[in-house]
Amino acid sequence: MNESTDVSRAEFCVIACAEIFRGDGEVMASAFGTAPALGARLAKLTFAPDLVLTDGDAALMVGAPALGTPPSELTIESHMPYRKVFDVVWSGRRNLIMMASQIDRTGNQNISAIGDWAKPKAQLVGVRGAPGNTVNHPTSYWVPNHSTRSFVDQVDVVSGVGYARAMSAGPSATRFHQIRHVVSNLGVFDFETPEHVMRLRSVHPGVTVDEIVEATSFALVIPDDVPDTRPPTPEESELIRDVLDPKGLRDREVKS
Amino acid sequence: MADKRLSLDELIGELRSGMTIGIGGWGSRRKPMAAVRAMLRSDLTDLTVVSYGGPDVGLLCAAGKVRKVIFAFVTLDSIPTDPHFRVARQTGAIEAMEVDEGMFYLGLLAASQRVPFLPTRAGLGSDVLALNPSLRTITSPYDDGEELVAMPALSLDAAVIHVNRADAGGSGQILGPDPFFDDLFLGAAKRRYVTTERLVTTQQFASEGPIQTMCISRLLTDGVIETPGGAHFTACVPDYPRDEAFQKAYVAAAGDADAWTAFRELYLEVDEAGYQTARTDRVREQGEVAR
Repeated sequence: MNESTDVSRAEFCVIACAEIFRGDGEVMASAFGTAPALGARLAKLTFAPDLVLTDGDAALMVGAPALGTPPSELTIESHMPYRKVFDVVWSGRRNLIMMASQIDRTGNQNISAIGDWAKPKAQLVGVRGAPGNTVNHPTSYWVPNHSTRSFVDQVDVVSGVGYARAMSAGPSATRFHQIRHVVSNLGVFDFETPEHVMRLRSVHPGVTVDEIVEATSFALVIPDDVPDTRPPTPEESELIRDVLDPKGLRDREVKS
Repeated sequence: MADKRLSLDELIGELRSGMTIGIGGWGSRRKPMAAVRAMLRSDLTDLTVVSYGGPDVGLLCAAGKVRKVIFAFVTLDSIPTDPHFRVARQTGAIEAMEVDEGMFYLGLLAASQRVPFLPTRAGLGSDVLALNPSLRTITSPYDDGEELVAMPALSLDAAVIHVNRADAGGSGQILGPDPFFDDLFLGAAKRRYVTTERLVTTQQFASEGPIQTMCISRLLTDGVIETPGGAHFTACVPDYPRDEAFQKAYVAAAGDADAWTAFRELYLEVDEAGYQTARTDRVREQGEVAR
């Protein structure tokens, strides 16, 4: 049941997202997307018990309830309207997984527009809080559809700030800047290279390094030995399947 | 206490083409939609719209009312983007100033506090600075020497917000979980308007909610307009949630010229009472279809 052959691709993504919160103490975990939301909750129930989770609206909630729990069944521990979210963001007491329509080699993220910003080919949601988030607290990204269209050489509009852009902007931009991981449906990536360019950190079992290279527009740093993304422990599997996501929403976001 | 009650028509009479207008709420939540619908019916044009954008921005763009949008996002929350805003941007029909949502907050705060800018780390290194060449950075005058973004005041000619309860003097009560930045929109504006689900007496506030919900003081208000259902189809909890079915119909109609004409005729080329009747009828008809 819990051998890695039975683990769905989505479950590897959940584990990879959970790992982003390892070592975090009492910080606000914000996680957009199904795998990130499950990852944050799983981390809280296991190795990062002090994480503070938001209810997705204007409050911090107790525990780590299943995805889709009705608001009336949540226990609220604190008021967190948007005005106070900025206090948290700018104080750095937050660890965030955002989505990225485009991500590039140095960790720039785009959720603003595809093409020329002045008259875009596709208007997306807007930069939102990405510029401020990335220069204030650790930020990671979730890309459920890894392809040459999402992993691009250079993003069209730098919304979330990557390493090269932060460094050229100076010490005020780099002071609290950290892009931890990028998790996609194919693997996990980081910037732990001398020049802070994207490195393949692990591949999800069932995916080959060649597939990842093929689906990426730029040259990844690929170590000689690329480990597999770790499978969930039996306890983690049970939490994901029976407690946090009994309806299997994860497998709708990422197909095996 | 002055009586600040106005009608929607009187509100529109206070506005002028070419104005910079702030619209309260956030995404598809507690938007002053009755006031937006009144703007759509008016001959106002050439507006600069400042908004944590939702369908307010999309509708004003679709009606050709907008010269420029100042925004950090435009979203319908349960649907990622607004179709009319997408078209307006992709056809180059409008000018845009896109900033980080925290910069946006500080811009309103600076205008409210009558200072020219407020410093922030947000924006450094991003394309927000490159795409808005008017934005400047400032070096800290203290020993740290940090270089930060100087977010300029977002000064507004007028602002309109929507609240759950208000009195005739212009005090407002927000009963939902998040007041967003509505008080700052009012603080940043020369002319300040509050639409409300229900006008109540001042004495009634205390039975509606705790003191923290009485968050809009009449110091910030020039006019108050009672507009029941005035945030529809956006959320106005606890009075009503977002009308997701209506929002879906809005998005579907936007994708087709004939459907959009029909939507406009039914919902937008009528007065506010006509809108409220049409949207209530819609629910009844859908219910009958379901039966």
